Amino acid sequence: MTGKLALIIKREYLAKVRNRSFIVMTILSPLLIVGMIVLIAYLTKINDNEARVVSVLNESGFFQEQFRPSQGLSYVHFDGISLEQAQDSTNALEYYGLLYLPKGGTLEEVAQAAYLYTKENPNTNVTQTLEGVFQQQLRQNRLVQLGVSPEQFSEVERPFEINLATFDGEKSVKGINEIKAFIGGAFGYAIMMFIIIYGGFVMRSVIEEKTSRIIEVIISSVKPFQLMLGKIIGTSLAGITQFIIWIFSASILLLLVLLFLDIDLGAVAAQTSMAPGMGSNVSQFSGTMSKEMILYTREIINIPWILLIGSFLIYFILGYLIYSSIYAAIGAAVDNETDTQQFIFPIILPLMLAIYVGFFSVFNNPHGPIAVGFSLFPLTSPIVMLMRLPGGIGEGGVPLWQLLLSIALLVVTFWGIVSLAAKIYRVGILMYGKRPTYKELFKWLRY
Amino acid sequence: MDDILVAENVSKTYGNYTALSNISLKIPRNCIYGLLGPNGAGKTTFIRIINQITYQDEGRIWFNGEPLAPKHISLIGYLPEERGLYKSMKVGEQALYLAQLKGLSKQEAKRRLKYWFERLDIGDWWNKKIQELSKGMAQKIQFIVTILHQPKLLIFDEPFSGFDPINANIIKDEILQLKEQGTSIIFSTHRMESVEELCEYIALIHKSEKILDGRLSDIKKAYKNNIFNVGLQLKEDGDALLHMLNDKFSILSSHYDKTEKQLDFRVQLPSSHTAEVLAELSDHANINHFEETIPSANDIFIQTVKDKDHDG
Repeated sequence: MTGKLALIIKREYLAKVRNRSFIVMTILSPLLIVGMIVLIAYLTKINDNEARVVSVLNESGFFQEQFRPSQGLSYVHFDGISLEQAQDSTNALEYYGLLYLPKGGTLEEVAQAAYLYTKENPNTNVTQTLEGVFQQQLRQNRLVQLGVSPEQFSEVERPFEINLATFDGEKSVKGINEIKAFIGGAFGYAIMMFIIIYGGFVMRSVIEEKTSRIIEVIISSVKPFQLMLGKIIGTSLAGITQFIIWIFSASILLLLVLLFLDIDLGAVAAQTSMAPGMGSNVSQFSGTMSKEMILYTREIINIPWILLIGSFLIYFILGYLIYSSIYAAIGAAVDNETDTQQFIFPIILPLMLAIYVGFFSVFNNPHGPIAVGFSLFPLTSPIVMLMRLPGGIGEGGVPLWQLLLSIALLVVTFWGIVSLAAKIYRVGILMYGKRPTYKELFKWLRY
Repeated sequence: MDDILVAENVSKTYGNYTALSNISLKIPRNCIYGLLGPNGAGKTTFIRIINQITYQDEGRIWFNGEPLAPKHISLIGYLPEERGLYKSMKVGEQALYLAQLKGLSKQEAKRRLKYWFERLDIGDWWNKKIQELSKGMAQKIQFIVTILHQPKLLIFDEPFSGFDPINANIIKDEILQLKEQGTSIIFSTHRMESVEELCEYIALIHKSEKILDGRLSDIKKAYKNNIFNVGLQLKEDGDALLHMLNDKFSILSSHYDKTEKQLDFRVQLPSSHTAEVLAELSDHANINHFEETIPSANDIFIQTVKDKDHDG
């Protein structure tokens, strides 16, 4: 009997792996993904480099030095022309806009009367940058009036970040919960994608056996359940093969592209994490930054990887088996793929719900009631529980009973759903002609 | 132990629909057994129960003297009416796969496939895909796959559909050959001409019930009703003779050819009057032929189904 199962698995695997579109997808996808990344990076770069030039007509005595070129914004200073002339020139030179600072006695007056003229509604980045310049000057000016020296001012301006620690005394860093949930979310997302893609493959393969009418020939040799199981396992092995190829080839390709384009990943990472401290005393910050980096790294290393990967495998296998057996039952119930729509939606729904609930609710509060509920409910737990697990088990993480209960519920559901799906499958594969209703499917369960 | 398969009071319902009610059958060893009936009568359900694709609600089935069990699957070969093959799989690979599912080892399956491919003259198809073959060609491969594991019981559901007459004949000869070699065969069809040619035994299933079964020749004997076809070469005027015969017997139809003086008619005779009638006729004419009409399987089929429907 196991020999027959192995035969079926082998056939399904080979049929899938040799399929031309499967091969094309396997080869093309990493190229596409890397291509997309490169394209996005390139487009972002172009976008950033787009120089917006704002002409400045400054008739006041203030703001002489403050408008210095910054990211994506540079300035051209007009002098000794009227506002109309300046506007015409700005238009003629196709500058982004004209900043007009009229004459005025005080900084406040000038700022209040200043105008930015643009052709269209101005870009928020531009207005923000300009407003920033004004604000900075105004604040400094007000403080000087209150008797604060510029040196004192820059001292006051130093940003502050609260120190974080757990009750265990371990220092923690901001945003680590999000990072952890994100890592868990990536696992959950991988499960969802795998279910949708390869569940669909299982379904199409069942439909193919029905429409080619080979099904009765086969189930006169093997039990329908064996065929269904063999199909699910064979297809998932093909899927795992594809995933492994993707991961390897995509990382090699990405590495090659990075080498070729001479992009330093480390620099990119450093730049982004530096962003919050920008514009301030950088040298003072670099020390704390690297300390923070160490903390982040330590937190990420401290994520219970073995637990996470172990749970991933458990949830992946059970979740995939549950969903793909439903897909197989759907394939058996219909005659062609267009009839599957009404049945597929109810399966995708809990998956989508799990992802959205995960991203909106679990990220904010990994152990709140919604997160707990969805990580116990068997149709969503494979995704939601994985988002909670990077926090570890026990104190500060997922209580052990929740993890065990969640897995237990999943196993029970697995058993229930697979046997129900097998019943629908057994009846459905021999039914031709019309699309069954839900009521009929329910009747099949009792045949 | 003379029967390869015995069914006792087998019933099967799907919800409110009765597919089989109380069917009892004995299928003798080493013969071709015709399982007949109109579409939807329950033949396929019965065959699926034998193949353990589905299970009866009530009743028992014995195979080869033992209660039917999963281990018998490898002793049965089944060619379903709804049949097909994987379209994008190569012929040889596919045949090997299906043979291995029936329990043959790869080497043995390969050896036998080679023999059969040669025998049916399709050796060069091994590496072709099914979608490159015609429907008739695919049917040949199906046939080979069905019989390859040398089952004790073969079940053919409409085996000739999809074949052109030449290939249908080849397959028919192969089926007869298999029977010669000792295989028992169940042959399900509603094409009666092939029943006459092949079957020794038949069972007629109609509206989920068995309404007739037994040896075909016995059934025919039971169904003959003393109707004779007679052809005469006359010496005298035909009309007078016909008139006289009409008084004595019920003439069902007649044809008189005046110029050739030939009279042909169908007559229903009272039983055991044959000699008397013959003697009387020979006084008036030369007898060209005088033969009893044996009902065809088709006639029996139609008549029984009609009778059954009239009875309610």
